[in-house]
Amino acid sequence: MEAHPDLTRGVVQGLGWLYLVMFAMNFVWTVRSFRRDGEFESLLGFKHLPKAFVWAIYTGTLMIFAAVHLTLRTSDASAFVLKLPEWFKLSVDWLIADPVKYFAASIVLFVLMLVLRRWWTKPTPAWILLNLSLLFLGFSMTDYDFRQIVGKPDNVPIVGMLFLTGFFTWLYFRQAVENDDRAAAGRPVKEKELSQQVLVWPDLVYTELVCMVLLTALLVVWGVALQAPLEEPGSSVKTPNPSKAPWYFLGLQEMLVYYDPWMAGVVLPLIIIAGLMAIPYIDFNQKGNGYYCYNDRKFAVVTFLFGFLPLWVAMIILGTFIRGPNWNMFGVYEYWDVHKLEVLNNVNLSDWFWLDIMDRSLPKPDATASLLAQTGTILTREWLGIVLTLAYLIVLPPLMAVTVFRNYYVRMGFVRYIVLANLLLFMAALPLKMVLRWVFHLKYIVAIPEWFFNI
Amino acid sequence: MSVGEYIRESQIWKSVFRHPAPYDRRNRAVVMLTNFFLHLHPVSVQQGGIGLSYTWCMGGVTFFLFLVETLTGVLLMFYYRPTLEWAFTDIRALRDVTTLGIMREIHRWGAHAMVITVWLHMYRVFLTGSYKPPREFNWVIGVLLLVLTLLLSFTGYLLPWDQLAIWAITVGSNMARAHPVLGHEGPGFQLLNIGGYDIITNASDARFLLLGARNVGEETLNRFYILHCVAIPLVVSLLIAIHFWRVRKDGGISQPL
Ligand code: HEM
Repeated sequence: MEAHPDLTRGVVQGLGWLYLVMFAMNFVWTVRSFRRDGEFESLLGFKHLPKAFVWAIYTGTLMIFAAVHLTLRTSDASAFVLKLPEWFKLSVDWLIADPVKYFAASIVLFVLMLVLRRWWTKPTPAWILLNLSLLFLGFSMTDYDFRQIVGKPDNVPIVGMLFLTGFFTWLYFRQAVENDDRAAAGRPVKEKELSQQVLVWPDLVYTELVCMVLLTALLVVWGVALQAPLEEPGSSVKTPNPSKAPWYFLGLQEMLVYYDPWMAGVVLPLIIIAGLMAIPYIDFNQKGNGYYCYNDRKFAVVTFLFGFLPLWVAMIILGTFIRGPNWNMFGVYEYWDVHKLEVLNNVNLSDWFWLDIMDRSLPKPDATASLLAQTGTILTREWLGIVLTLAYLIVLPPLMAVTVFRNYYVRMGFVRYIVLANLLLFMAALPLKMVLRWVFHLKYIVAIPEWFFNI
Repeated sequence: MSVGEYIRESQIWKSVFRHPAPYDRRNRAVVMLTNFFLHLHPVSVQQGGIGLSYTWCMGGVTFFLFLVETLTGVLLMFYYRPTLEWAFTDIRALRDVTTLGIMREIHRWGAHAMVITVWLHMYRVFLTGSYKPPREFNWVIGVLLLVLTLLLSFTGYLLPWDQLAIWAITVGSNMARAHPVLGHEGPGFQLLNIGGYDIITNASDARFLLLGARNVGEETLNRFYILHCVAIPLVVSLLIAIHFWRVRKDGGISQPL
């Protein structure tokens, strides 16, 4: 038998159960579709075919899948029809194992999510997306390397988080779109119709009880089904490669690729926390309190979603599933090769300025000179980066106040506006540095290793 | 008289529960006012505020998970010894031989789940605009709770003392070394010096404070154990109490005006 089999008995069985669950889900969906979706005018020459017909075929196929998998007595890959095709794996890996494409793809998805919100929050498209993502997960389980990374016990909750985040984002947009439509038609929002008082006992306490029972059951089942990870005893001499922080901090660890630890590990996290706390005090928009909506508070929602989805959740996915040995990026179907080489030849802004533009060597602080003279030399060396950074933080806010944020500035007042502008600039600092890195191979804008001060 | 009635009419029962059974409208209100646990809630709420599609129940789920973590955590504390000699073996024994060793699984998965639900709770509070006046301050308390939840999870990560644990904590705490001014590899640490001698060294910087040593070791285990089992839970409990109190005082779950 192969050392790294794509298929094992366990995998085939597990997939059987997955298909069985999907069969059950889609059975219910077919019934729903039959009742509600109506029929096709004409399809393949048949007139008045119920739309549920398509779902019925799909559901039947799932049942056959489930039966075949659950009764298959061999794990021989060749006997097995549903392996993921190589070209699919290659194209997925091509897309995600590269920071530029990965980030671009997540931005494209984000924009599509906003623009197509009316479409994908309808039940049928949402159901199709759910099915596709489950099939993707299921088919991918037939790949050894995918299982190694996604099947790690500590990574299982992340898969759960992705589905939950997707679901709740869907739920938000669905209700927001509905309320936006109501507002446009001059009707009160949905929440307004539910404003009569009800007794907490029984209406709320029973919901809570049911929630608690279900959660307890879930945790027990989860605990029985999946063992908590325990690796070898800790040893301070055997450094694992890669060494990863706990998964919820992988967004921060990802920032380390672009910023030094003092920025990525201290300053930016503190700004994230402070920025979250500041939200209620800088959002002066009085609309959109106590109900779901999108149109009434577009700017706030888009900014927050941008911070949460592409800059936090997508970075966690990247850090968990895609970063491998030496913090290189690997496709989810790719073997984690410790010797994979990635050429890094990034340059500092000061290198570029002195070597390329001025055509001379960098000013070098003279170790025997006075502290003041040394400081002077260092500042001269880095003057361009320092000026640019200061301009970014000091010149841009007023500039934005008289241009794009004119309205905001007038309505917010000076202090609120400055806080908002700076928070936005810090939030943009990460994508900005990413782009600079990819396009110009820029390492540091200001590089003062003498003071551990690199930006 | 049925057995149920007999029990409910007994002196013992009545001494415990200060209210009659909540069968009718009046007593359903009374029970909310006179029961210690239930009086967290008001007597009545607006229907929209308790709909699952509105609150997603995520605050409640987070709170419930916090309780689960407290319960399973206390049980684990009876078993686990936070020393280099025993930490790893105790956890391995929980996996292999101990009755109710599944408490560790529940505790770990519950912790992951709590991180996720606290994010989702914040997500919904943001999306319903519930941080707007008069609830600004409760949002701030919420952010503190979010940070503390992450720290709870982070400090707990070290306790199994396996490779996963010590290296995750090493990677995480290395950041403190680069703390501006207070870390011995952070910008500006040279500013703090007496007569040319640095005050901030690898034995006195922010990372040392966190780890209790220059590297993740015995002192760190002790420090993280106390943070994880005592210090942070106490603060979180206090903040949750304030959080709930403010939900009530700020006018209950937010609703359209
Ligand atoms: C340990 C963590 C937390 C617990 C146990 C908790 C619990 C709760 C509960 C039970 C509610 C009642 C409504 C609901 O369930 O949605 C609530 C409301 C609220 N929470 Fe939290 N929460 C936590 C963290 C947070 C965080 C991280 C934030 C925001 C950053 C936050 C902000 C709020 C606000 C503003 C409300 C009022 C919402 C409204 O009136 O609609 N909480 N919290």
